[in-house]
Amino acid sequence: MTQPDEYQMGLSSRKAIYIPFPQAVPCSYILDMEHCLGNNPIACGKCQDVCEKQAINYDDADEVITREVGAIIVAIGLDVYDPTEMDEYGYTRYDNVITSMEFERLICAGGPTAGHFVRPGDSQRPKRIGFVQCVGSRNPKIGRPWCSNICCMNTVKDTLLLADHYPDVENVVYYQDIRAFGKSFEDMFQRSKEAGTRYVRGLPGDVEENPTNGNLLVTVENTTSGKLERHELDMLVLSVGVEPPKDLAKISGLLTLSKTSDGFLMESHPKLKPVDAPTRGVYFAGFCESPKDIKDSVCQAGAAASRAGALLNAGKITIEAITSQIDAESCTKCGVCARVCPYGAIQWKKGEVAVVIEAACAGCGACGAACQFGSITMRHFTDAQLVAQVRAIMAEKPKEKVMVFACNWCSYAGGDMAGISRIQYPATNRVMRTMCSARVSEDMVLEAFRVGAPIVLVSGCHYADCHYINANRQTVQRVQRLWNKLEKAGVRPERLQLEWISAAEGQKFAQVMKQMEELRQTVTDEEIAHAMEALKPKPKKKPKPKAEPAAAAAP
Amino acid sequence: MSPEPTNGDLRVGVFVCDCGLNIAGTVDCGAVTAYAETLPDVICAVRNKYTCADPGQNEIKTAIHKHKLNRVVVASCTPRMHEPTFRQCVLEAGLNPYLMEMANLREHCSWVHPGDREGATAKAMDLVASAVAKARLLEPQEEMEVPVTKRALVIGGGVAGIEAALELADAGHPVTLVEKEASIGGIMAQLDKTYPTMDCSI
Repeated sequence: MTQPDEYQMGLSSRKAIYIPFPQAVPCSYILDMEHCLGNNPIACGKCQDVCEKQAINYDDADEVITREVGAIIVAIGLDVYDPTEMDEYGYTRYDNVITSMEFERLICAGGPTAGHFVRPGDSQRPKRIGFVQCVGSRNPKIGRPWCSNICCMNTVKDTLLLADHYPDVENVVYYQDIRAFGKSFEDMFQRSKEAGTRYVRGLPGDVEENPTNGNLLVTVENTTSGKLERHELDMLVLSVGVEPPKDLAKISGLLTLSKTSDGFLMESHPKLKPVDAPTRGVYFAGFCESPKDIKDSVCQAGAAASRAGALLNAGKITIEAITSQIDAESCTKCGVCARVCPYGAIQWKKGEVAVVIEAACAGCGACGAACQFGSITMRHFTDAQLVAQVRAIMAEKPKEKVMVFACNWCSYAGGDMAGISRIQYPATNRVMRTMCSARVSEDMVLEAFRVGAPIVLVSGCHYADCHYINANRQTVQRVQRLWNKLEKAGVRPERLQLEWISAAEGQKFAQVMKQMEELRQTVTDEEIAHAMEALKPKPKKKPKPKAEPAAAAAP
Repeated sequence: MSPEPTNGDLRVGVFVCDCGLNIAGTVDCGAVTAYAETLPDVICAVRNKYTCADPGQNEIKTAIHKHKLNRVVVASCTPRMHEPTFRQCVLEAGLNPYLMEMANLREHCSWVHPGDREGATAKAMDLVASAVAKARLLEPQEEMEVPVTKRALVIGGGVAGIEAALELADAGHPVTLVEKEASIGGIMAQLDKTYPTMDCSI
């Protein structure tokens, strides 16, 4: 049984029982159960026969190991760009077009050719080798606008290796810009040029293969001379970019992490907390935060370890005093708060007063907004405080303002990002911060309309990114109920808006604020006056509201 | 709306930050300070050049003592940056840190409305009014301490993960390193030589 060897980029093969590579840690054989025939002992089972130590167990199963930890470092690395979609370079059509990762294996003494650098097409040593930079980087047309950071210097290194191994080699590098900014990088770049490497400013527009000898004909506009050039090469290396790892979505979901617009992990602050996640106790190291080379990865790993170590050394953490408190006297024992708590931090049994387990409460405020009886106090974000803020904001000229409720972690931070990026939008919005959008109660929204707000926006984290597990599902349900209420009261439901804006989406925050302002201008004085009247709180109903159906039927 | 009735026991101090020209370049901070003085229970309103710097923080502490302030509003940048700074500041002056509230005049106002001095100033006034309204209802709070489990998890066994795990282990912390592949090493293990030293990757 043989399979393509993943470590060698498929340039050689391995068996179904193998050591991934000679320096592997741990350096022991593994079974590829997908292709092992021993799973069915009648078909094979040879490795078990010859293993004297009887170390092979075809029936071994995965095991779940549980560990309690106080700090987490996310270092999940990167994926390498697959250039298949960039068909103009002929990667899938021509044997002698390879990626920079395949180059690494071909030039490595531990590689499939024992370090003899040959063309995959005919096993001949190439003399004229071209390198194309920015394949899958700095290319907004294919949705990859970021610089991958490492490819320029990796190519400079490759040209030096080739010149060192084969003095007669003729290297040519096609580039947009050479970014040789690090310590001793410029020196390496100059050495590459001194070794005879030609650097042509311009990316190839077309690559064709000569079918008789497998050579490649590259057409490129040299943007320095302004002339079209045609080069015949023996081999073309695509200097492929990098991208956020596919596993990132899963990990960021587990740890409630945010991503920047290019999909890498979003740090707590770009300058002041570059290795901290917004979630306390979680830190970043390496590529998953942004493209960086080995030295920078090692530096960041040291910083992350230092931050995590400080937390572990302290041995304790203070919890912000924003937790929920239940007033046992007014609690009606309904249990709604326990049902909406994403953390199971409220204990309740039928017929009993609900009790908050403070250490488990994260302070989202979903319970506070859901309690119909005012029995829950969210410390530092009380109903009275938040309603007072709404009233203060709308005290003068309310019709000129858009009332915005923004959650601390995403939407409010998205507003901060718009500020940091200096993205302009109309000055008519008034943002109020709550920890979670689920903290915004029906009454807070209605109060904003009662005091004359033309538009109210409730904004929170994207659905899967909620920092309180899934508290923002309560937000959705509440806003839907409010839309129904507004419609029944003859208030245009569009006057209440719901938007998800992440911490990285400064652009979206500004865009939403522009939309809100456009919407605000459609609201008439009559509409505002009607809402102020129609949404007035009804006098408290009598304990037994038997007359209600009749009242509802009245004209 | 009629203003909330004043409460004789409440003594709010408002500190409006210029942030150099970051805020004052767009927002009329003098007008915002004067407006703050008219708000209920505001005993004093002070304009600072840099509220987060020592002189600015000292002004807050001095005003707390001089005016017997029991609520503080800092109108400066985002609370996501300097809330811990100003909580510590009022704590040092003897106030419970939860009796401090911030208004975000920079990220949410001056930096995003540079061409609209009038609009930005009106917005800044509302944000200060909102912060004062909340401050008047703030209560002292006590934070709870919880123990941290003395073990770290490192997700990913590439060069960054290995380095972080070793650093933590060298510092004496138990570390669990998880890697999805059969061997640690990550993508770096597939490289032949690495720049700038041109030595082997593994």
